[in-house]
Amino acid sequence: MSNDQLIYLILLLPLVGVFINGVVGKRLSEKLVGAIGTLVVAVPFIIAISLFSSFDKSLHVHAFTMLELESFKLDAGFKLDSLSLWMTMIITGVGSLIHIFSIGYMHGDKGFYKFFTYLNLFIFSMLVLVLGDNYMMLFFGWEGVGICSFLLIGFHYADKVKGIENSIAARKAFIMNRIGDLGLLVACFLLLGKFGTLNYDEIGLSVILGEFQNDSVFMVSVTLSLFLAATGKSAQIPLFTWLPDAMAGPTPVSALIHAATMVTAGIYLTIRKNFLFEHAPFTQNIILFIGIATALVAAFIAMKQNDIKKVLAYSTVSQLGFMFVALGLGAYTVALFHVTTHAFFKALLFLGSGSVIHANHHEQDITKMGGLKKYMPITHLVFLIGTLAISGFPLLSGFFSKDEIFAATFGHGSLVFGLMVLAAAMTTTYMFRMYFLVFHGTFRGVSHTEKHLHESGALMTLPLIVLAILSVVGGALNLPSFISGQNAHWMDHFLDETTLGLSILEPHHLSDDSAIGIMIGTTILTLLIMFWTYSVYSKSTYPILKEQQFRGWAKWSNNKLFVDELYNALFVKPIEFISAKLLLMVENNLLYDSILRATSGIQTGGNQIRKIQTGLLSNYLYFMILGVILFVGYSLYYFKFWNY
Amino acid sequence: MTYELISYILGGLTIGSALMVILSSHPVRSVMYLVITFFFISGHMVLMNAQFLAIVNIIVYAGAIMVLFLFVLMLLNLNKESEPRMPFAAQMAAIIAGGILLLVLLAALAESVLPPMPREMSKQIAEIQNEGLVQNLGQLLFSKYIVAFEVSSILFLAAMVGAVLLAKREKQNNEEI
Amino acid sequence: MPTLISHAEFSKEFYLFLCPILFTIGAVGLMIRKNMIVMLMCIELMLNAVNLLMVSFANFFGQGDAHIFVFFIIVVAAAEATVGLSIILMAFRNLRSIDVDMFKKLKN
Repeated sequence: MSNDQLIYLILLLPLVGVFINGVVGKRLSEKLVGAIGTLVVAVPFIIAISLFSSFDKSLHVHAFTMLELESFKLDAGFKLDSLSLWMTMIITGVGSLIHIFSIGYMHGDKGFYKFFTYLNLFIFSMLVLVLGDNYMMLFFGWEGVGICSFLLIGFHYADKVKGIENSIAARKAFIMNRIGDLGLLVACFLLLGKFGTLNYDEIGLSVILGEFQNDSVFMVSVTLSLFLAATGKSAQIPLFTWLPDAMAGPTPVSALIHAATMVTAGIYLTIRKNFLFEHAPFTQNIILFIGIATALVAAFIAMKQNDIKKVLAYSTVSQLGFMFVALGLGAYTVALFHVTTHAFFKALLFLGSGSVIHANHHEQDITKMGGLKKYMPITHLVFLIGTLAISGFPLLSGFFSKDEIFAATFGHGSLVFGLMVLAAAMTTTYMFRMYFLVFHGTFRGVSHTEKHLHESGALMTLPLIVLAILSVVGGALNLPSFISGQNAHWMDHFLDETTLGLSILEPHHLSDDSAIGIMIGTTILTLLIMFWTYSVYSKSTYPILKEQQFRGWAKWSNNKLFVDELYNALFVKPIEFISAKLLLMVENNLLYDSILRATSGIQTGGNQIRKIQTGLLSNYLYFMILGVILFVGYSLYYFKFWNY
Repeated sequence: MTYELISYILGGLTIGSALMVILSSHPVRSVMYLVITFFFISGHMVLMNAQFLAIVNIIVYAGAIMVLFLFVLMLLNLNKESEPRMPFAAQMAAIIAGGILLLVLLAALAESVLPPMPREMSKQIAEIQNEGLVQNLGQLLFSKYIVAFEVSSILFLAAMVGAVLLAKREKQNNEEI
Repeated sequence: MPTLISHAEFSKEFYLFLCPILFTIGAVGLMIRKNMIVMLMCIELMLNAVNLLMVSFANFFGQGDAHIFVFFIIVVAAAEATVGLSIILMAFRNLRSIDVDMFKKLKN
């Protein structure tokens, strides 16, 4: 069938899954629900692969026109260029692996069919986000993933112990996303006002071909608003506190949404609008600054966290900071490369932690784990691979993507470069700390749990293995020139061909010598840290401190730098205060009292009128005669009978 | 001239006796005055060449209905002291309302002062002379208004049944009377 | 003969004044008196006033239709007086009084 129809199929299959699982999923068996849910994501992946193999130019599909005004036309249109195709492959590929994992992980859960419905809905929204060809489709997908994130974080809202916590976390995520959405809307309005259209291509051509000066007020405001939206979705400073709290959701959710896909929506947005950002160097500096800050702050917090998923959450925030650094430097394809490799190893790490949590009877505190490597060999191996990848161990995927980022920053001054290296060092530190504490040493938990430690089933380990393989070989996508010669930077070229705006940028490639030098330097640093953490953390004698026992900088790290408390005091408390006051003033006094008075007034009036009913016949006769008088008198007046 | 004079006198007498009906304190006297009023009204009808109706008025109204009223009055055995009185303010209000009613009615009816329809002279006299006669009335009644005639017989039946039913004594709870 | 015609005109005007007066007297009596039987009698007075007016119109137009109408009014008045009196009798049995204000169960 034609490529157009294939694009429709990619979009609609997850939607079909939503309907089937949502409507009749309750009555189907778990296997069937899981199979349907996975198929409707796996088949689009196969379609995407086939489209990829035959890809030569971008495709446009116009589904229908949603709104047609005189000055403005809004279409449901979809565009398949290299960027959206790449994102689609990541979404559907990693997504289907996570679906398979969820069949095993969510086994026995009462809301099994609901989970898969929401997952499919999420995939659909994300696909709309990346495949849309104008800002409105982006916005639909944006909101859709926000809602699905809310639904999935608060999935266990009825849980007796943590139900309310889950709901609060979901609400927090949604509200912070909302703040970002404001930025997206403002940007839409500005663009609409300036260009009269929301279509990517039309805007892109106008900007590239037109004469726009850099750092004009318009450009800066548009790009800042877009960055605000990206901050909300991709958890950068100041809107990052929702991501650690979102770990309250089930682990596959964390893997899918908060490692591989939704958080990359902000990155996608920036890459799409690269031509706008190129015209606003001021914003790019801000992005760079916030990216560095986020990377450092999140890494610092992660160093002393005791919950597996929280470590990974802060790690995600930190890695996203890395990506934004790349974006701030104008190295868009580098950022996308890191998105890809990050999707592989972060999903791997999250799913692996899910396996660990599952085996430990849903215990998430790493101080209660230890020595798991002899009980869970496969999980241990894949987890080690993931940790190595994220730390930038040579020849794994993370190594190449991180080095690209370092190369980009190297040309920008030694301060930026040095800070990034520091952040990478911290990454290695906390990841290996976690690895050693969980898998090495002796088991520190309850002995009852120890008896039940076992490797997870095949449904859960197969996706882990696949992701581990991808984490190892993923670096091949974008090798630097001294390794692969002519095929170097294959991904860069692939993207630059058809994505608007990228092809006119100059490639940021360093000379071979500097590149090799950076690589060797970072490798030495990584190995040093690995040995140091091994010697400290893997011993059984390492004193595991409870949270209250942390002192000094460790206390700050463990308490998330008290950012949540700061936000609480700055924003939440005043708003609660104001709304309580308003409740008292407006609703109670004004509205409630006025309604009360109105009704009691009517009641009193009615009581008075009731006294006409005396029950005395003579009174009634009197009123009858009075009525006759009035009636005849009125007719006389009306028909003007007095001129005779 | 005479006609008018008789009309005026008769009218004044009628009004006077009607006033006595409503103003007298003894109910039996009210009944008597009403009978006299009916006689005067029949007199008016005779003046207007409606002899049949005049006689019917006397026989039915003054003869049957008023006698019925007297029967019931005597049966209840009321006298002057047990006559209920109305507070003076209410009486004033009623009289004022009555006055306004009079004005309104007069105003309403005054419009109907029309000139007579032009008719042929010969026909007029014969008709006027004959209109009140029983013969003409009978012809009208049994040709044009036959349906109403039959229906009124049903009405009488209903009234009879109702009266008998209502006046029957209830067997259970009645030792007096 | 012309006098008969002019009599018709005169009587029409005259009764147009007399009958409303009689009617009003009946209405006022209805409102003033509290004796149920006297109230019924005032109703009969009002009906008779109307009868008189009807007859005067019949005289005016020279047609007997109004006579028939009066006839039926008398019929209906007779039936109604009968039923009304029997109701008064029943009420007297229960209330021991013919004061119309004793029917106070309709209050409020």
